[in-house]
Amino acid sequence: MTALLLGRLWQGALVLGIMSVAVYALIGLMPGDPIDLMVSSDPDLTPEDAERLKALFGLDRPVLERWWAWAGHAVRGDLGYSRLYAAPVLEVLGPALANTLVLLGTSFVLTLAIALPAGTLAAMKPFSWYDRLVNFAALAGVSMPVFWLALLLIVVFAVGLGVLPAGGTGEVAAGRSGFGRLHFLVLPVATLVFASVGGHLRFMRAAVIEALAQHHIRTAYAKGAGTARVVLAHALRNAMIPVTTVIALDMGTLVSGALVVEAVFAWPGTGKLIYDAILGNDFNLALAALLLATAVTLLASLLADLAYAWLDPRVTYR
Amino acid sequence: MRSNPPRPARPTGRRGLAAASVLCILTVLCIAAPLFEALSGLDPDRVDLFSRLEHPSAAHWLGTDELGRDTALRLLHGGRVSLAVGIAGALAAAVLGTLVGLVAGYFGGWVDATLMRFTDGVAAAPLLPLLIVLAAVDLSKAGLPPEWAVSEAASVARIVVIVALFGWPGAARLVRGATLSVRERDYVRAAVGVGAGPLRIMVRHLLPNVASPLLVAGTLAVGHVILLESVLSFLGLGIQPPLPSWGNMLNNAQELMASAPLIAVLPGALIFVTVLAVNRLGDALQETLDPLARPG
Repeated sequence: MTALLLGRLWQGALVLGIMSVAVYALIGLMPGDPIDLMVSSDPDLTPEDAERLKALFGLDRPVLERWWAWAGHAVRGDLGYSRLYAAPVLEVLGPALANTLVLLGTSFVLTLAIALPAGTLAAMKPFSWYDRLVNFAALAGVSMPVFWLALLLIVVFAVGLGVLPAGGTGEVAAGRSGFGRLHFLVLPVATLVFASVGGHLRFMRAAVIEALAQHHIRTAYAKGAGTARVVLAHALRNAMIPVTTVIALDMGTLVSGALVVEAVFAWPGTGKLIYDAILGNDFNLALAALLLATAVTLLASLLADLAYAWLDPRVTYR
Repeated sequence: MRSNPPRPARPTGRRGLAAASVLCILTVLCIAAPLFEALSGLDPDRVDLFSRLEHPSAAHWLGTDELGRDTALRLLHGGRVSLAVGIAGALAAAVLGTLVGLVAGYFGGWVDATLMRFTDGVAAAPLLPLLIVLAAVDLSKAGLPPEWAVSEAASVARIVVIVALFGWPGAARLVRGATLSVRERDYVRAAVGVGAGPLRIMVRHLLPNVASPLLVAGTLAVGHVILLESVLSFLGLGIQPPLPSWGNMLNNAQELMASAPLIAVLPGALIFVTVLAVNRLGDALQETLDPLARPG
């Protein structure tokens, strides 16, 4: 077990290292070099000045050399300054992560609260009317362009009915705090839940159908257990093994998973932060946020493996 | 005694039929876009500022957009782009993934270990942010000729390439798994015995075994790619106007939703219907081709 953990951590560090080189090199290829921007906005700057500025900031050196310098600071906890927010990167990431946690955490809990029971019910009567209806709704959710759904909800509830805010967190609205701002969550959470319920529901349904086809289920019925007991005590125990790993993997999308929804609803979370940082040439911030997103994904897949071993006694990792 | 709950009855193959018909109709309409163009005498790219945001009429069946262009024609042309990108992207990812999976599964050992760790690494990358970075990269800085870097063909090719770059791990895992399971079968060993080389074994004996799961995964991938293209184009990073795609037609939908709902709703509805039909077809294919797989 310890060997597995150490191996996975080493692999994760390697992936993060390679990712940081790739992203570092890619970001240099984006339009809008900061020095070019300075040159184009100031007619007094000569090409020689630009060269001097590039040398001053070290931009004339090769990519790998610059990455090495960045990595040296990064491992010591210095991720640099954010250009857009004029603050250290870590101070910008913190509050954004908290906002995303509120948004995605709420959606995640609601998604599971709907998908798991609905999927189980559908699996108990496969190809019944209820099952067909639920399956179709799930497929519709999976097939919907998320941003379009967000726009439709805004038009209906914010523009048309005017009952819910179209975006933001309500932080600016005076005298409102805590529960007073809860209604700002409604539309983004509804969008995220509708988009993600389908996947979990379909997976849960498949897992329960498979679990119900096992021999011990027949035995349970034979000894006189009722449907509720058979499903809850005997089938779900097995069905939850693959479902738990999928849920754990899903947690890996925490950092950037709501990017589109956050962008449309102007929710100041990490997804929107990444989007703004990439488009605003905020290299330090974009790099740190992307690496955080990758690290969380890797951590979640490790969590999924551990959960799998913990729930299924047949699985052992050597 | 109560009997076991019945195992799910095998549904008929009919439920894929409706989805396939919808896709056929959409594809034919989109391919025939130049025909409609010739018949109506309208040009989807012609800007006419005197007839902006017109309501549906005999001349413009679905009205005009904010630059006075015919919405119906632009939807058809946008469909050509969106469907082509979806199919090409899914195909490219499937080819790449099949190559990696076949090689990893057939050779095994350190080749397998290295390739699969690499696959895990790519799969762990945050998809959408990286697509945004790659879509924003200035191709002329990457050494491509500047006049090509800003052309319409480049904006289409770029989406296909970047979607394939991150879309292949699924296919690779699928093909590797199937390859591992048939590699030691007698007929494969017989082929080795009569002197067949690795390439012949992979193409003639292993590949046909992964064809049906690959077809299912590939079909589902088309829907996924269409959604990705629409998000990137919606954010202004994918297909560049004036070339229409269903995604970039929604570019300024946020402003138009209230004043001209038809323009803002229709492209999204077409994406939705297309992806729904593709996913439905994928499900039906799975049931038909792979009856032993877990129901879902």
